[in-house]
Amino acid sequence: MRRFLRGHIAWITTPSLAAALLAAWQAYVDRFNVSPLILPAPLQVGRAIVRLMADPRTLMHVWVTLYETLAGFGLAVLLGVGLGVVLGKVRWLERTLNPFIVALQVMPKVALVPIFIVWCGFGPVSKIVMAAVLAFFPIMTNTILGIQSVDRGHREVMISLNASRLATLREMELPATLPYVLTGAEVGIVLAIIGAIVGEYLGGSHGLGYLAVATLNAFDVQAMFAVIFVLTILGFVLYMIVAALRRRLTPWHEVVVMRREE
Amino acid sequence: MPFASAPSAEAGAPPAIGPAPVVPAPNPEIRLGGVAQHYRVESGESIVALTGIDLDVDKREFVVLLGPSGCGKTTMLRIIAGLIKPTSGSVEIDGRPLWIGERRDSEVVSNLGIVFQEANLFPWLTIEDNIALPLKLRGVGKEERRARAHELCQLVDIPGFEKRWPRELSGGMRQRAAIARALSYRPDILLLDEPFGALDAMTRDQMNVELQRIWLGSGATIVLVTHSINEAVFLADRIVLLSPRPGRMDTVIRVPFDRPRDLYVQTTPAFQEMAGSLRRRLDAMA
Repeated sequence: MRRFLRGHIAWITTPSLAAALLAAWQAYVDRFNVSPLILPAPLQVGRAIVRLMADPRTLMHVWVTLYETLAGFGLAVLLGVGLGVVLGKVRWLERTLNPFIVALQVMPKVALVPIFIVWCGFGPVSKIVMAAVLAFFPIMTNTILGIQSVDRGHREVMISLNASRLATLREMELPATLPYVLTGAEVGIVLAIIGAIVGEYLGGSHGLGYLAVATLNAFDVQAMFAVIFVLTILGFVLYMIVAALRRRLTPWHEVVVMRREE
Repeated sequence: MPFASAPSAEAGAPPAIGPAPVVPAPNPEIRLGGVAQHYRVESGESIVALTGIDLDVDKREFVVLLGPSGCGKTTMLRIIAGLIKPTSGSVEIDGRPLWIGERRDSEVVSNLGIVFQEANLFPWLTIEDNIALPLKLRGVGKEERRARAHELCQLVDIPGFEKRWPRELSGGMRQRAAIARALSYRPDILLLDEPFGALDAMTRDQMNVELQRIWLGSGATIVLVTHSINEAVFLADRIVLLSPRPGRMDTVIRVPFDRPRDLYVQTTPAFQEMAGSLRRRLDAMA
């Protein structure tokens, strides 16, 4: 029984904490008479969520944001892993490009949104590009790290087996790097959502980011909270999918094993 | 009798001291001729890791390289394995040079099986796939790989572990799997670099018995590196004793005990005496 409790205690504590936070929020709004224009009560937000979900246009907005996020993320994975493998293996190229990579990494990339809108228009492409740019860096840097962290002993095994470069990449370097790529992807998917939403904030007429700005302009703060709630759920679901993918694809990896044994 | 020709030391007699005798063999499996290895350290000066190595290893012979740390025994094994190209001297495997210019002769290399101090199993492959990895690289089909891995798991005595992950096995079992991987493509030569160095003493004794059994069954030639005197005397047909700074061959000693040896051979006076004289020789180097 105690073991069971220790293993499953989070199923009780986490919902309890959520309920307590919601109650505190409600009590705060009631006690201090906070204007619903500043902070609507949870019950009001709940009603707004129901209203939002009942609106058939909402689903369209969800699809647009989801599409932009996934397309950008997919692009980031392709480019990030591809370039990461090359830079991880070709040291002189990595050293040559490193200053540029660092410069691009420290640049506040959100500031590029207007440029992407100029280049790619108000449609989904500019948002896809923004999502891809944000998600790309953690995936690429993790891939480089993974390739360069390949165990020396493992390398010697492949050398002693006289493996070709291609076979070494396929049988050792890529599988050894996969956990790093997936760690980068976990960060990347969240950044991809941010990229898509920020893109929608600043241009266009579709997607949840646009909806958030539209509700703000209409002073419908409750609806804005509802949109934020939907966005959070979307992000949560996408993150869980990537995390699940990681457990599935690298069942042998220590982090995965440790989590499973908890 | 692989160790019938030209014994350099009688059982129990103190090993001959002085330059290592060159034993001419008609058809050696491994021949090192005048091998030397220099390292350039960061300050720019050149360190001699190994010098004057002449050694012939016969077919099906079990040779142990023994010496204190820094004597270059691992370097010597890595040179035989083709992981290091010696600064000077020649390495021939079954009469063929290992190196063609700056490249290793891949046909010669494919006849070598190597077991490292760490098992170095790939954590993302099951034991079965680890063992069969060399076969996969050689383009062997899936069914045949599985059958061979199964057979090898029996041979190295880890039956039923084919589908497990390496991390689920103990250190000794992982090293068994590493030996199975090295044997998978049936190399004529097995090179082992302190393969049981990371294991506890009891597991180690057991592994030595198993290694002898596997070797007797496989007909392979073995070169094994160790710093354990008992391990060397227990396993070897011949012990090559190396001395440090710079690493060179000190003595070659023939070990005459009958095969298969069991662990109790270690309690016999002849064994004790040989181990004792090696101990004295090693202490004299320090």
